[in-house]
Amino acid sequence: MNGALGGPRFEKPIQRRNFLGMLAAWSFFGTIGAALLGALRLPMPAVFPESDSRFPIGKPEDFPDGSVIHIPRRRVWVFSDTGGIAAVSTVCPHLGCLVGREDNGNYTCPCHGSRFDATGKNVSGPAPRGLVWLDVSLGPDGRLIVDSGKEVDRGTRILV
Amino acid sequence: MAYSASRQFIRNLKALPATFFDSFIRHGKPTSDRAQTQTVVQNFFLHIHSSRIHKHSLKSLTTMGLGVMTLAMFIILCFTGTLLMVYYKPSVASAYDSIKDIQYVVPTGRIMRNVHRWAAHGMVILLMLHMARVFYTGAYKRSREFNWVLGMMLFVVTLGLSFTGYLLPWDQLAYWAVTIGSAIAASPTELTDAVSVTQYFDPGGQIKEVMLGAHFIGEEALIRFYLLHIVVLPILLCAILGVHMWRIRKDGGLARPASADPLPVQADITAAASPTKTFGLMAVIADRTPATDQEIDNTVPSWPRVFRIEAILLMLVLIVLVLLSLAFDAPLKEMANPEVPENPAKAPWYFLGLQELVSYSAFMGGMVIPGIVVVGLCLIPYLDREEEDIGVWFSGRRGRWVALISAVYSIVISVSILAFTVQFGWLRNWFPEIPQFIIIVINPGTVFVLACALWSIILLRVTNSTRMAAIGLFTCFLVCFVILTYFAMVHRGPNWDFFWSHADWPTVQH
Repeated sequence: MNGALGGPRFEKPIQRRNFLGMLAAWSFFGTIGAALLGALRLPMPAVFPESDSRFPIGKPEDFPDGSVIHIPRRRVWVFSDTGGIAAVSTVCPHLGCLVGREDNGNYTCPCHGSRFDATGKNVSGPAPRGLVWLDVSLGPDGRLIVDSGKEVDRGTRILV
Repeated sequence: MAYSASRQFIRNLKALPATFFDSFIRHGKPTSDRAQTQTVVQNFFLHIHSSRIHKHSLKSLTTMGLGVMTLAMFIILCFTGTLLMVYYKPSVASAYDSIKDIQYVVPTGRIMRNVHRWAAHGMVILLMLHMARVFYTGAYKRSREFNWVLGMMLFVVTLGLSFTGYLLPWDQLAYWAVTIGSAIAASPTELTDAVSVTQYFDPGGQIKEVMLGAHFIGEEALIRFYLLHIVVLPILLCAILGVHMWRIRKDGGLARPASADPLPVQADITAAASPTKTFGLMAVIADRTPATDQEIDNTVPSWPRVFRIEAILLMLVLIVLVLLSLAFDAPLKEMANPEVPENPAKAPWYFLGLQELVSYSAFMGGMVIPGIVVVGLCLIPYLDREEEDIGVWFSGRRGRWVALISAVYSIVISVSILAFTVQFGWLRNWFPEIPQFIIIVINPGTVFVLACALWSIILLRVTNSTRMAAIGLFTCFLVCFVILTYFAMVHRGPNWDFFWSHADWPTVQH
């Protein structure tokens, strides 16, 4: 019984016959394992069914000074002040819920109570970091383009 | 000759019902010991049972029928699930509509869906009670260690089935619960972010990509969850379940205390030395029990006793489920809307304790602590190898006290931690610039784990018994699970704020 459980089994030197047997067993498991690994590569997608991370949000004049515009479909807030235009993602960096903006300009996540100040900095709750500020640029057709795949430093604005 | 052959044919024809029945059931009425044994052994569907069973196993307090009822729930789930598949369409465009059809148009669809939902909840409850029963009667010990591990695997697979099934209706509840669930799976990113290596090594992101087939929850995720729910996980569960039940027999039936097998008064050595001997097939068929005659036989034929109990339990489960389904409809909210989250967005009840832990730290609460709990539970039989009092509830009087005191301790500890967190907040409220890494390591969830571990170590020292330490730890786990679940269910409202009751929730929500 003890031998089967590990201990004394290793005290004897391995016989040639046993070695070949072990080699056969390991080649069996190796083959099955390699085949499994190869098969399990299939569910890992090579191409993602996603549209372009860049999307137009409108002309600069649509965002007058002091405006705060929510674009739910794109999951962003667009702010405009004298410093320029900025886009902040509404996706909570904790577990992917959408934060709500309160009247005082702060943000709260409905799922686990993370709170963020008006600049998106995390002040309490489980969020490991602040809300993500997104890159805003001016497209060739004069429209503003937000890139939801490109994060910029908090406070970055584009002056148009 | 032709004449007598046709007479024989007529005779055969007349005897057909009897001969067919004899060929089908190859033994007489199960009235004698031998016929009862054959009833079990010769029936494909019954022969997973042993032909004889120990009297102790038939007592209602031995198992309280919990394992059998869990299995009954699973059978009902497979049955109703297959029926639901007749109408369900796993696509973003039509999933929600097909569930509505099932609920309102399909004949008996509402009842079948309700039964499926309540049976899923019932299976989780019964499974946990079954686990508690096995633990407290010490039935995980010697020779049954691995079956306990198999039970833990069944626990995890069952939760996986619940979670994957949760997305399929494609309503608001489903969408946001799975948003959170998949983000928890991706939460190793929180750690890799905290130590700034995510751009080189991002296991969290990869898990999420494999799970959802995309970076958001859509068509790809729905089809993957559907596949897991109807094929992969049920097959996995059946395979493990088969081994789990087979091993009950191979491990010598249900665990029972030594007192269930009183030694014979004038015992000879062989009989006394093998009180756990099981009957071989040959002895049974030959209707002769050569050497075993010498033992005190505490077993009785399984037929009809075991099957009577199982039939009653299945019936009971079915009746309760149907009554529940008539009274309460399975929830179905508005169609999934990726633009507006539920507020509060609560997971199904058995994940609510986890959601409370996750509201402290995603990675610690969603991955590390559940991981520690599952691995810790698996290891219990290997770390507690005391062999006294197997099959005795709480291993006797001392164990009952340890369980009681541990319950009181963990109630006090968990209520204090929760009250403190609600009242005073946590590290980030006091030190806004604190690095995330410190919050991952030190948060109310880790305090829970440390308090339980500490208690178990104290018990180990004081009682000088690994079994008592295990009882303490397991009781802490159960009580914390119940209290966290209750707390998240009743006292968490919009924005995951604390409320004394649902009536205090603000009516206008952002």
